[in-house]
Amino acid sequence: MWRYEKRLQHPVKITQTNPQMAQVIISQFGGPDGELAASMRYLSQRYTMPYKEVAGVLTDIGTEELAHMEMISAIVYQLTRNLSIEEIKASGFDKYYVDHTLGLWPQAAGGVPFSAEVFQSKGDPVTDLFEDMAAEQKARTTYDNILRLIKDPEIVEPIRFLREREIVHFQRFGESLRIVQEHLDSKNFYAINPAFDNMNCCK
Amino acid sequence: MNPNEQSREKLLHYIDMVSFAVDDVLLYLDTHPCDQDALAYFNDYSRMRNDALEEYARLYGPLTVDTATGCSRSWEWINQPWPWQEGGCY
Repeated sequence: MWRYEKRLQHPVKITQTNPQMAQVIISQFGGPDGELAASMRYLSQRYTMPYKEVAGVLTDIGTEELAHMEMISAIVYQLTRNLSIEEIKASGFDKYYVDHTLGLWPQAAGGVPFSAEVFQSKGDPVTDLFEDMAAEQKARTTYDNILRLIKDPEIVEPIRFLREREIVHFQRFGESLRIVQEHLDSKNFYAINPAFDNMNCCK
Repeated sequence: MNPNEQSREKLLHYIDMVSFAVDDVLLYLDTHPCDQDALAYFNDYSRMRNDALEEYARLYGPLTVDTATGCSRSWEWINQPWPWQEGGCY
């Protein structure tokens, strides 16, 4: 289960609206390498993960990603609050506005709706951890791309925090992969799927 | 900004800092469960965090349901600003 904590993991205080940037940053809410996909990926993968350390990493990073999704949502909300119709039209935000007004909805920057197809839960620890490490790097690249587009220090600051967390998570998933491999045959890591074959050998 | 708001923000900032230390060392401990220094660090920051959450609830209202058990006559949980409202000053 989860309990809500009534604060952001890292503060978001943006005083200047910028609907154009909101349309870009929303990709880290509902886009292919966004925080929603990250959280759902890890929280889905953990059930069949046979090693307690790695189940812990998937649970705790999956939980932190929910807090990152909340930060991104707060950024998008603060960049679009109290917009006038003139500002909506001038910024190109009208295409989002027509379906969602100023409500938050998970989509990629290009308007593609959030889809579970952007992540995998393969039921194989080695496969899933390679996906997770790639996912952290893809999210880091996306934040790098966002940082090239924005100059407002009030937006840059929380985005830089989120970018740094991708690197820490990549490191933890790398350690997780090493823990998985230590349980496997070092001559052939792929001889079995420890989440499916020989279930009793890995407890 | 009034002095009360200033001290509220200061305490919230402290809670953010010690909580982040807990968030970060938590992940490290998952993959290094026997690291004694990390365990001691976790214990220290976790205690600082819990004390600060209690203090915040007493002075300004609860940030967690577990600290929402005051003697107030109304439900304080919804009276605190939501965190996306510009750090709570809206």
